[in-house]
Amino acid sequence: MITEAATVFFDAIELDCGVALAPVEVAYETYGTLNADKSNAILALHAFSGDAHAAGEGGWWANMIGPGLAFDTDRYFVICSNVLGGCKGTTGPASIDPKTGCPWAMGFPSISIADMVRLQKMLIDRLGIARLLAVTGGSMGGMQALEWAVTHPESVAAAIPIATTARHSAQQIAFNEVGRQAIMADPDWNEGNYYGGRGPARGLAVARMIGHITYMSDESMRRKFGRRLHAPDQFEVESYLQYRGSKFVDRFDANSYIYITRAMDSFDLTEHGSLVSLFEGAKTRFLVISFTSDWLYPSYQSQEIVSALRRRNCDVAYCNLTSHYGHDAFLVEVNEQTELIRGFLKSTQHA
Amino acid sequence: MREIYGRSDYAMIGELVEPGTRVLDLGCGEGELLAWLRENKKVEARGVEFSAALAQKAIARGVSVYQGDLEAALDDYPEGAFDYVILSQTLQETRDPLGVLRGMLRIGRRGIVAFPNFGHWRVRTSHLWSGRAPKTTLFPYEWYDSPNIHFLTVLDFEALAGKMRWEVERRIFLSGNREVRALPNLRAEVAVFLVSAGASPVSSGGPR
Repeated sequence: MITEAATVFFDAIELDCGVALAPVEVAYETYGTLNADKSNAILALHAFSGDAHAAGEGGWWANMIGPGLAFDTDRYFVICSNVLGGCKGTTGPASIDPKTGCPWAMGFPSISIADMVRLQKMLIDRLGIARLLAVTGGSMGGMQALEWAVTHPESVAAAIPIATTARHSAQQIAFNEVGRQAIMADPDWNEGNYYGGRGPARGLAVARMIGHITYMSDESMRRKFGRRLHAPDQFEVESYLQYRGSKFVDRFDANSYIYITRAMDSFDLTEHGSLVSLFEGAKTRFLVISFTSDWLYPSYQSQEIVSALRRRNCDVAYCNLTSHYGHDAFLVEVNEQTELIRGFLKSTQHA
Repeated sequence: MREIYGRSDYAMIGELVEPGTRVLDLGCGEGELLAWLRENKKVEARGVEFSAALAQKAIARGVSVYQGDLEAALDDYPEGAFDYVILSQTLQETRDPLGVLRGMLRIGRRGIVAFPNFGHWRVRTSHLWSGRAPKTTLFPYEWYDSPNIHFLTVLDFEALAGKMRWEVERRIFLSGNREVRALPNLRAEVAVFLVSAGASPVSSGGPR
């Protein structure tokens, strides 16, 4: 698989909040080869804590993107970039504010899912791609895919939003808020000014532990841990969550956690009218996928999107896949997703 | 008569559908018929299928299928969204057959309804001689495991169409893969009706 990793720079980006963020850089990777008429490009959009490294060793969707896989890099040119506000090479709160020479920290302007997509569009334009064959992603990646389809319908032949929603529910906002409060309650957070110091490792770890609970299901936790003990006075599930929490601290910036979860919470495709009115005249094809045991992004949220698309007589395929993995299913249930996506992409390409 | 995927009712439906039209198949299974129509009639194909396993196979074929309850799904489509709405051997499995028929004639300019004929002589004799719920090659199930929850005959459908003032544009009766003309209510195993809402104002646009 031909893989490239690069960073592009832009002078500035206009944000939804009214601020022009300058300068801005984007870390991205590509897999496969762009064809001569640039018609085989697929933009993969990562979830909350993901990064540009989607495929190959250690990639977050390594089981879905690659030669012969669902997003077959022998046929398609797959692009993945780190989101705005992230901490994996794209400008975010840990980046240096040129005015002060210090990290932005909580002085970073507030960002939205639409801002992330705006920056991705700048990247795609820079790569000289007028129309993407598909945009796809799970969870927050699915939100971006929806935003792409609504904002740039002429630039997207197909959208594959997976385990996602058009807007967060009170429950989803609630879990994010507990995560944010865990970080802010850590004295080492220091109002976000911790760069060069210890940082809110305990708070961030607790936030991640809560996250992991919401990504699993009652059944997947029972199968994975049950009541098994890791040590005489410690359940396996406790040890697992602590391990996940401590690993997360090594790779993720706490302020990015706050900014990105706020972007997810404020995302609402319906804020300027009904979901149905958004899809008026949409020519983009949709494949929407949800999972039966996903209680963080329940199937009804996907069905709401599908219903709105059908009311506009849009071309939409939908499947509620059976899985016990909860929200994690979009990263784990490879075979069934592969079957759906492969057929859908092939028919999109031949349409 | 030809068969499509071993089914003569599919072949009949294949002949009824005009090329280049918009088609919705309710209870489309693995999407064989839709894939055939798209390939051979260049239709814009959509489907609804309750079974996740079957819907998955249909989507893998590249057919845009909604996995979910068809009776609930009907309400979502706008009026006149399709040129044809197909109900192929599904009507007898729906909870509210009249609601489904009305819904399909609201969202489609025409409906194609294929159903197994409960008036067939084998069904009648099976019931008459055994004194038990009829079991035939067409209705192979035990009473307790049958997906069929409403039983209708050719005459029942004609009577309903008359009562609802639907226009029956074509009626085709099949026995095996032969077409039968005389005594259809006794001899037809499967009936295929091409219906429209008739005089009522459900129509918009022509084939694209």
